[in-house]
This record gives sequence, structure tokens and C-alpha cells, in this order.
Amino acid sequence: MKPPAFSPHGACGGPGHFTRRALLKSSAVAGLGWLTPLAQQLARGAEKPGARPQSVIVLWMEGGASQLETFDPHPGSAIAYGAKSIKTAVKGIQFGEGLPLTAERAEDFSILRAVTSKEGDHTRAIYNVKTGYRPFPGLIHPAIGSIICHEMPAPDGKAAAIDIPSHISLLPGQNPARGGYLGAQYDAFQAYDPVKPVPDVRSRTDDERQRQRLAGLDVLEQSFAAGRLADMEKTRTLHRTSIERARLMMSSDQLAAFDVSVAPKAVREAFGDTPFGRSCLAAVRLVEVGVRCVEVTLNGWDTHINNHEGQAKQLGILDPALAALIGLLKERDLYENTIVMVATEFGRTPKLNLAEGRDHWPHGFSVLLGGGGIRGGLAIGETDPTGESEEPAGKVHVEDIHATIFHQLGIDYDYELMTPIGRPIAISDGRVIRELTS
Amino acid sequence: MKLFLTRTLPRLAAMIAIMIGLGVMMLRSLDKPPVTPLAPSAQENLSDEIARVNAAFALAREAAAVSPVAEADALTLARRLSLALTGAPPSLEEIRRLEALPAGADAVQAWLDHLFADRRYADYLAERYARAFVGVETGPFLVYRRRRLVTWLGDEIAANRPYDELVRQLISAEGLWTSHPETNFITVSVMQGGGGPDETKLAARTARAFLGVSLDCMQCHDDKFSDRWKQRDFHQLAAYFAQADTSITGVREKRSKEYETRYLGEKAERQVAPQVPFSPELFAEGGSRREQLARWVTHPGNTAFARVTVNRTWAILFGRPLSEPVDDIPLDGPYPAGLDELATGFIASGYDMQRLIRVIAGSDPFRRESRSADPDKPVTPEQESTWAAFPLTPLRPEQVAGSIIQSSTLEALDASTHIIHKLRRFGETQDFVKRYGDRGEDEFAGESGTIPQRLLLMNGKLVDERTQPNPIMNSSTRLAHYAPSDEATLDAAFLAVLSRYPTDPERGHFSPLLDGQTNKSRERTMADLYWSLINSTEFSWNR
Repeated sequence: MKPPAFSPHGACGGPGHFTRRALLKSSAVAGLGWLTPLAQQLARGAEKPGARPQSVIVLWMEGGASQLETFDPHPGSAIAYGAKSIKTAVKGIQFGEGLPLTAERAEDFSILRAVTSKEGDHTRAIYNVKTGYRPFPGLIHPAIGSIICHEMPAPDGKAAAIDIPSHISLLPGQNPARGGYLGAQYDAFQAYDPVKPVPDVRSRTDDERQRQRLAGLDVLEQSFAAGRLADMEKTRTLHRTSIERARLMMSSDQLAAFDVSVAPKAVREAFGDTPFGRSCLAAVRLVEVGVRCVEVTLNGWDTHINNHEGQAKQLGILDPALAALIGLLKERDLYENTIVMVATEFGRTPKLNLAEGRDHWPHGFSVLLGGGGIRGGLAIGETDPTGESEEPAGKVHVEDIHATIFHQLGIDYDYELMTPIGRPIAISDGRVIRELTS
Repeated sequence: MKLFLTRTLPRLAAMIAIMIGLGVMMLRSLDKPPVTPLAPSAQENLSDEIARVNAAFALAREAAAVSPVAEADALTLARRLSLALTGAPPSLEEIRRLEALPAGADAVQAWLDHLFADRRYADYLAERYARAFVGVETGPFLVYRRRRLVTWLGDEIAANRPYDELVRQLISAEGLWTSHPETNFITVSVMQGGGGPDETKLAARTARAFLGVSLDCMQCHDDKFSDRWKQRDFHQLAAYFAQADTSITGVREKRSKEYETRYLGEKAERQVAPQVPFSPELFAEGGSRREQLARWVTHPGNTAFARVTVNRTWAILFGRPLSEPVDDIPLDGPYPAGLDELATGFIASGYDMQRLIRVIAGSDPFRRESRSADPDKPVTPEQESTWAAFPLTPLRPEQVAGSIIQSSTLEALDASTHIIHKLRRFGETQDFVKRYGDRGEDEFAGESGTIPQRLLLMNGKLVDERTQPNPIMNSSTRLAHYAPSDEATLDAAFLAVLSRYPTDPERGHFSPLLDGQTNKSRERTMADLYWSLINSTEFSWNR
């Protein structure tokens, strides 16, 4: 099963058509200070470059993974507090000892070791890393997956390329990815451990009763529409549209992508017998049927007490799942089409506290990026081996990661979207990390 | 097992008997007294004020050459009020009381008498206002207790404490976050890793929540869109919170603390003295910095304070503010029709919240239908934007959950409800809201429905459990068996779920389905009817 072909030219026909800038200019000439959503879409559709990655998988380490025990160890230093590291497939790059399987694949991805932010509170930092913006009152920024779904709409004027949602959050934590100012229809669809059925997609009654229920609904809708806004459904409620899409999803074969029990035993075992491992396997299957963005959360990294033990436990879950995820994507020829990001809201303090825990540290933490044509085998940036400095060398801002991902997907990341509060905001105001894209 | 037979079983039987008894009673005439209308003397003043507000809207409608739609009926008005002020539609029991009002009584004011006496009103409104005051975040560990703050707010609202007093307490409070819950307004901003309350967060929050001014951008630079605000306006406001300090004894003022910041383009930090961002003539010395600020914010001459409160209260009642966004109103106008008229009245009333709600709910816009009587001339967007028709807005997730839960029980789930039911309702609501999607502080975005929302209502656990055949818990089953006729069954179901009677075409469709049905098949038909009602657009939207 290959993902459905995505027309590189979107709904607009192809080369020779308006370019986006020309469209923008023409509307400016016409005296429009802003673009309608449709015009915006046409303008965007006019500018689609050639073959590009089409999906993103975000492995979300909720709670704050420690950079020191994962991708940025400082073996032998005081701040390691005895934590050991191991060699990877790339000479000169070491990982924490809890990542042996991932280490073997170090050529397939790169590590940003000096990501910095200004947010040290979970909720705010999660928002920051997921959206590329700091929380701002009165406005909710969209997460990566929402932007992708918005910017890479379905071809040929279809409402959606697939019957199931294009943006999915598996094992959602406290703050699953949201559509923000793009609208709730861009929120991630939430589903849980794939051993359980996908929530709310099975009708509770037999077909006959379902027909009767829908027939009753039709009658109610007719009386409600009488005398109300002429375009109520289209411009306001999208109620029936959502019901139709929901029913399409309920009857779709693509739902099978959530079901990992059909995968061979060896494959399932490789991912690990954990909710996270199973969800990573489901993520590959979902990307395979054409889902744009899957977020998988692994909770439990907030190790204020007994850091080493807590991180080791998490690594035992992450390592097999991550290595198997990359392995399977490559095996299915999907890795070049799929960007994989392993991210967390912040790192952890170089110094252990009295409870042998590490606290929050946004001044230099690690993010993994791979696939989708992103250069592998690099470790970019250096944190201070003494743990004193809050200014790591080769610093990367959170928003730069977003700009890099969007750039790689062919999304014009400095394009400004109009927000409901009437303020234009760039898709990302970061800078592309050129070492990763060239 | 023995315990079950001797204790649990008789109790269960007794409970079932009571439930059935209640159900039967509900369908007969109710013996509770109807709510009494306001005394005529109080009505006099109120109607003058409502007339003044109505005149402003009438003028705006005329200027836009828009004609209003007809007035909504009492049931529709009661539905809007119950949803806005308790988070759930009226129960069948309450509807029967409404219908027992004497002819000619003002349904809006009578229904408000009823709701103001109901603790659900205070608790629900407290949660809605708390979102503006402190947001929805869980906030810093230990020093912040959101639940306590909301309970305190509920107590204040239940006592109808003047709103200016309430806000002064929030801004200037001292003491422990547990014993003085209002101090949580300050402690929600406490920075992790020491440093006490964050004066920048408090300044931004105060400006938006209590002045309707968005100064957030000015934390880092001068106003780029107009010349109205400078960076110093923000930081001088922040300086009022600089002396707020937290320790194990709670929030205290520490007079020695000063506020420093580095302005854009400057090399070093400098000390910033407090100064109000506008209307300095209303400022008076005396007391702590926060007390001074609190007095200035709530000064009767500071109409910005009244305006933003009116705007938010309006938005809670209509699902859409008068001036958008709800907390960013241009300080120097122009204002939409009605806003200044309502603000003036609110100040004159001594910031009486219940009175404000009475005026808004009594106003002409609130009484309009959300549709036109003539299907060939449907409501237009212009009619909605000039409030010549009641705007159609999505209900909030907890209002949808509240509607499902309330409609499955015939009695009002109010303060007298058994704790087991309350706990069940709380748990169900939490789960439901999480899946339905809560936009947090961004309360009035007016969004379209989504696929997960539809899946949740079509196939979700809450709807299934609350509508499936269950003679003890569910009204669908109770109505199937105890209503005297098919027509009465249908009426009661429509009233319980949609707060209205069925139309003729609806009767034409649903009556034959019930005709001749008994026992299990009748229960199933009722469950199906409830499903259809709950999955309609009408159910999830405020009309």
C-alpha cells in the first residue's frame, strides 16, 4: 500500500498558472488588504514545487526528556552523575546508554543538541515546541500537523484525500496538537492504545435502527433550517458535513491502519510490547494510507525525583519503538516521504537536585530530526559540559525547527496567514537550519 | 451476597420506586409553587433602563436599514438563560413551572428570579469569569489553587457582591492562597524556580480582563499598529505588581521591592515607577501599590472597566460579544450600539451583576428569534450583526455535556441533587469535554462543528449510556412507559431535549413510530428518538 499520489500542483493546474506572489499582488492591486480563505488557498495551491515529503511523525516525549541521558551525554563529567554513554553508528557521536538500538541508526537522522526556549513551565513549553510560538493571549497558534493539513490540502478539490482524519494524536497527553486559529477542524483526532478499538467509530445500533435514527435526524434538520441563515450549513455549522465525513470514516477500510494486530509478530515485537510501541507501529501504517501528521506521546519524563532511574525506564520504551519506526519506514520506502521528529518541551537541569532528580531546563535540550530528505548523521550544537552556561554553542531556537520542517515539505513558511484577530502571522518566524537541508 | 440481599437489594428497590414515582409526578401537574415575578416597583426602573438600551439598538438597526425578526417564545428565552447561566437547558420539571406562570408575567425576569436562587448559576458563572481572570492552566504547583478561587468566586456571585468590590479584592488581596482564595489571582503567575509573582503576566491579565485593553505586545515594543500605546505603558502598569511577594505566609506586599526592565533599544535595565496607562486624573494615592491600582481600575469614571464587563457578560448570554474580541475594546471608541448605554447603567447600579444580566436578558436583542417567521426570507447575516436576530452560536463543550445529562433526567440537577448523581455528572462531563475539545480561554471563537464532535455524539459512551433503555436512570425509558399517550411522550421528549414542542412535520414523522409500540420495542424507539434529537444541529447550537 502506497500513499495516494499527491498532485504537486494542488488544485490549480500546474506551471503557467498564476504564481502565488502574482495572485497576492493582483489582489493587492484590486485593493484587498486581506485574502479570503478561498483566495488564500488558490494562492497557495499555485506554488507547489516538485516531489516533497508528505507526512510528519512527531514522537512527543511529554514531561521533559533529559538531554543528558538521551542524545547529548557528557560521559565522565560531573553533570553526568555516573550516567554512561555508548558509541553510535556515527563516529564521534555518542548517545546515552539507554538507546542502543537507536544508536545503530544514527546515520539516518540528526540531533539538534542546543535547542533553546524561554518556557520552563510544562503547559507553556509544550505549546511553544508544538506550535513554534510562545503562548500569546487571545490567539492560539496551530501545531505543526495542523499547518501541514492546512497548507497541503487534498488534491482535485476533494474535501479530504482520505476518509480518516489527516491529523492524528495517539496516546494524547494533556495538550494534544490543536488547529488553533486555523479552526478546530485542524485539531488532531485523538486515539488511544491500538490494542483498543478506535474510539467512537462504531455505531451502537444495527443498520436498520441507524437508518431510522438518521431519518429522524433529517426531519429535525429540515425544521431547524426553516427561516434560518440561507447558507447556515456551509458558512456556520458544518454540522451535516461533519456527520457525513464521520460516517464515511466509520465505514472506511482505512480505519484498519489503526489495527496493529495484523502486523507480523516479529514486527510487533520489534516495536516493543507497550502502548507507545504499538502506537509507533500504527503511526507507520497511518502514514502509509496517507495521513499527513501523526503525533505519538510518551508520557513520564518529568523526573524531578530519581532522574536516572526514571529516564532509563522511559528509554526502555522509546529505544525499540524509535529504531523500529525508522526501520519500518525505510523498509516500506516511506522514510524519504516522512519527516520524523522526536521532541520534548524542555530538557533537564545539568545539576541533580537533593532528590537526585533533574528539574526543568529550557537552555539547551535535544531534538531529533530525520527522514524526508533531512540530512542524517549530524549532531548540531554543543551544550556546556560543566552545566554552568545557559548559552550553548550552535544555538537553535524552537521556531527554527518548525521553519526547517516546513521548508522541507515545500511549505512557504514565512507566508503570513490571516488570524481571526485580524493580525497576519507567519507560518513560522524561525530560520531554516541549513546544515540539515543541504 | 448476604449483604447484597439484606441491604443493597431493598435499597435498590426503594430507589427504583422513588424514581418511578418522581417520573409519574413530573408528567402530571406539579405541586411546586410557580416562581413569582418581580415586585412592580423594582420593575419600573429596570424597564426604563432596558428601554434606553433598546433605543440604541433600534437606532443602529434603522441606520443599517435592517428589520428585526419576531420575538422568541418564553421556552426559547428560558432555554437561552439556563444554558448561559447554569450550563444546561431547563429540565422538564422546570419547564412545567415556567408554563405555570400567570398570563402576562415577564418570562425573562421570572426565569432569572428562579436561576439567581439556584447555586448552579453562581458556580457556572464563576467558572466562566475565572477563565478571564486566571485562564484554564493548572498553574504553579502548591501555591496556586484554581478550584478554591472558583469556589470563592461562586460564593461572591451567589451573594451578588458588587463586581467592583470583587475585582478590588482580586487585585489587592493579601494572605494565603488556601484561606484567602482571591490571592490565587496573584499566585497563578508565580514563576517556577523562584522569583515570586510575574508582574508582566499580571499586568497583561489586568489590562485585558478588567480594562478590555490588550497591552501584551507592548511588553516588548511600542504599538506598531497605532500610536496609542508605548512600551512604558505596559511596564509602568507592571510596576504596580512589583511589590507582591509570596512566602510560606502567603501573598504580601514587600515595600522594598522595585520593578526593573530593559526597554527596547536600551543597553541596561532601569527602574520603572508605577503609573496608570490612561486617565491619570482618576488615580489617588494611599495604601499599597496594588490597592491604588485596584481603586483606579474600578473607579466609576473608568468606563473601560464597566465596558469590558458588560461585553463579557453579553458574550456569555449570547455566545458572541458586542465588541470583538471580547477583551480588546478600543479605548476611545467607536463602540457598537448598546455597549456604552449598558456600561453607564452598570456603573449607576453600583456594579450589580444580577441587575446587568436582567438588563441584557430583558433587552430587545435577547428577545429576538434566531430565525425569521417567513422561510422564504431567511435571517440574514446583517440581521445577526445588528442584533435584529438572535445569533446562532455553537454551545460550549460543557453546555453540550450538560444538555445530554440534563435531558436524560426529568428533574433539575441542582443543589438538591444527590451527591452520587453530582459525582457521576462531574466525571462524565470531564471525559466528554476532553474529547469534544475545549478551547480554554478562547471562549467565543464561534467555530463550526468537527468530525470528532459528531463521532462523540453519534457513537460515544455518554450519549449511549444516557439514552439507552434504562428505567431507573434514563428519561427516554421513563417517558416510554409513564406518559399517558404517544403525543404526551413525544412532547415530553422534545421539551426535555430541545426545550420546545414538536412541529407538525415532526409529529407526522415520529408519532407513527411510537404507535402501537409497547415494552422493549417502545423503549428502543424512544432511545432512537433521543439519539436523533441529540444529534441535531439544534441540540449543539444556541438558538
